[in-house]
Amino acid sequence: MIMTNSIADFFNYFGEYHDDLLIMVAQHLQIVLTVLAISIIIAVPLSLVLYQSQLLSSIVLAILGALYAIPSLAFFAILIPICGLGMPTAVTVLVVYVQFILVRNTLAGFKSVDASILEAGRGMGLSKLQLFVKVQLPLALPSLLGGLRLAVIATIGMTTIAASIGAGGLGTLLFDGLRMDYAVKIVWGTVLAFLLSWAANRILLIFERRSLKKSRGELKTAIRN
Amino acid sequence: MTNIALELVNITKKFAHAETNSVTGVSLTINEGDFVTILGTSGSGKTTLLKMVNRIYESTSGDIFFYGENIKKLKVEDYRRKIGYVIQQIGLFPHMTVEQNIATVPKILHWNKEKINARVDELLKLVGLGDEHYKKRYPKQLSGGQQQRIGLARAMAADPQLMLMDEPFGAIDAITRQNLQDELINIQKKLNKTILFVTHDINEAFKLGDKIIIMDKGEVQQFDTPYNILFHPANDFVKQLIETENIINRLKVLRVENFVQPLTQPTKLADGVIHNDKFLDDVLAKFFETGKKRLVVIDDQEEPIGEISWDQFIQLKKIQDNVVRLDVQKKNIRRVNDHD
Repeated sequence: MIMTNSIADFFNYFGEYHDDLLIMVAQHLQIVLTVLAISIIIAVPLSLVLYQSQLLSSIVLAILGALYAIPSLAFFAILIPICGLGMPTAVTVLVVYVQFILVRNTLAGFKSVDASILEAGRGMGLSKLQLFVKVQLPLALPSLLGGLRLAVIATIGMTTIAASIGAGGLGTLLFDGLRMDYAVKIVWGTVLAFLLSWAANRILLIFERRSLKKSRGELKTAIRN
Repeated sequence: MTNIALELVNITKKFAHAETNSVTGVSLTINEGDFVTILGTSGSGKTTLLKMVNRIYESTSGDIFFYGENIKKLKVEDYRRKIGYVIQQIGLFPHMTVEQNIATVPKILHWNKEKINARVDELLKLVGLGDEHYKKRYPKQLSGGQQQRIGLARAMAADPQLMLMDEPFGAIDAITRQNLQDELINIQKKLNKTILFVTHDINEAFKLGDKIIIMDKGEVQQFDTPYNILFHPANDFVKQLIETENIINRLKVLRVENFVQPLTQPTKLADGVIHNDKFLDDVLAKFFETGKKRLVVIDDQEEPIGEISWDQFIQLKKIQDNVVRLDVQKKNIRRVNDHD
């Protein structure tokens, strides 16, 4: 009896507040996408620079690793005096976290490209840019996308915590639910965050696998007649 | 007059943190259309020398001139596009089809589509993979030998004047290697490319090269025709190097055309003839078959162009005798050492 009541409550909540829920999903996605866009713009060139120097890459990765180890709430607290409450602080912190995942994977991707392939490319007269676009990027792409997938999932999770500093998103449901001791909100927050992660994972996996097949030369080609 | 394709003037290379030079004071001239092999052991500087030609490595001092132009003054990408580069690891782009691999440089040079397609077909036929279905394959779907054929086709895509080849057949099984060597000789004859070909395999160096650069400790020990290297070795190093091979094996890689002597007496085809693209082991067989001491060498048009005589073989025999003596010495030394 209690069970059926709870399930009914759960769906009634959606009937009543679906607009709010959708807005929170949209906010959540907005934060995640902003974080990822900024992160990629920083991480790819940074990885390329680090690719040139073994020493520099171990230093920078150590720093990024240390930053990644700071608990998110503490990180928010440190930045609030500088960036204030809300989205800017949340995005800044998340970008820093994501760098560790993205840079590590992107760098691994560039390093996985066989040196002889690059030498052949240089030897035939490809410029640095041509070599990057035609050879290095397509071959590093599976690793880069793998990092992106991990980063997306981590960001979706961490963004829920960003609600604690007023950044909005699905975390709002969780914190409200906790404060009001209202389980339905908490469950909705959890379910929606899970669905977002799951969907993002599935979609990115498709691209990742495709790029992996492409980089290995295993895609089936259409035979022209 | 022949054009000079490449001129190296006092080229030296010392890598950062290295104690000694990898290449020291190399000066040499390579004529257009020459097939030059660079022979040496690992660490002899042969690959370093080759890689300074297309500026994969920059020389520490000295100058290289490509058709009279100092390569340091040329834009490196443009310069490299005039040179075909084939390496042992092949280095095909795994994410591109055979067709896309070969078309890489022509695309950069903005050739139109028809010209590129025609060139790809032409090259695939040239390297013996003319079947239509190869074009759409990925490197992974080819055998090692086939991959290097594509590597060769890709290097020749933009019709380079010079080909640099760094042990291209080193990782390929012996039978396929022989076929590829034969085909490379044919391709070179057909297209008259200037080729610089690095190898550590003495047979390969003699079989392919019109001229051979022998390197040791970063210096050129001798740069000469296979004939002169065998009969007039410049120093003890070269002498020892050529003596390490069994004489019959050596005959298999010496081309008749390198041993042709002017005719000493009027020709009668009945004297016994040998085609100039044969090898010396064929000549030896012919001597035994016919019982003659002299064979007339003929060219593709079956015209007599010279002769080859039994006496030349006696000289080879003398070199062989030295080898036996040397081997005995070595064994004795080893035995002495074993007792220690």
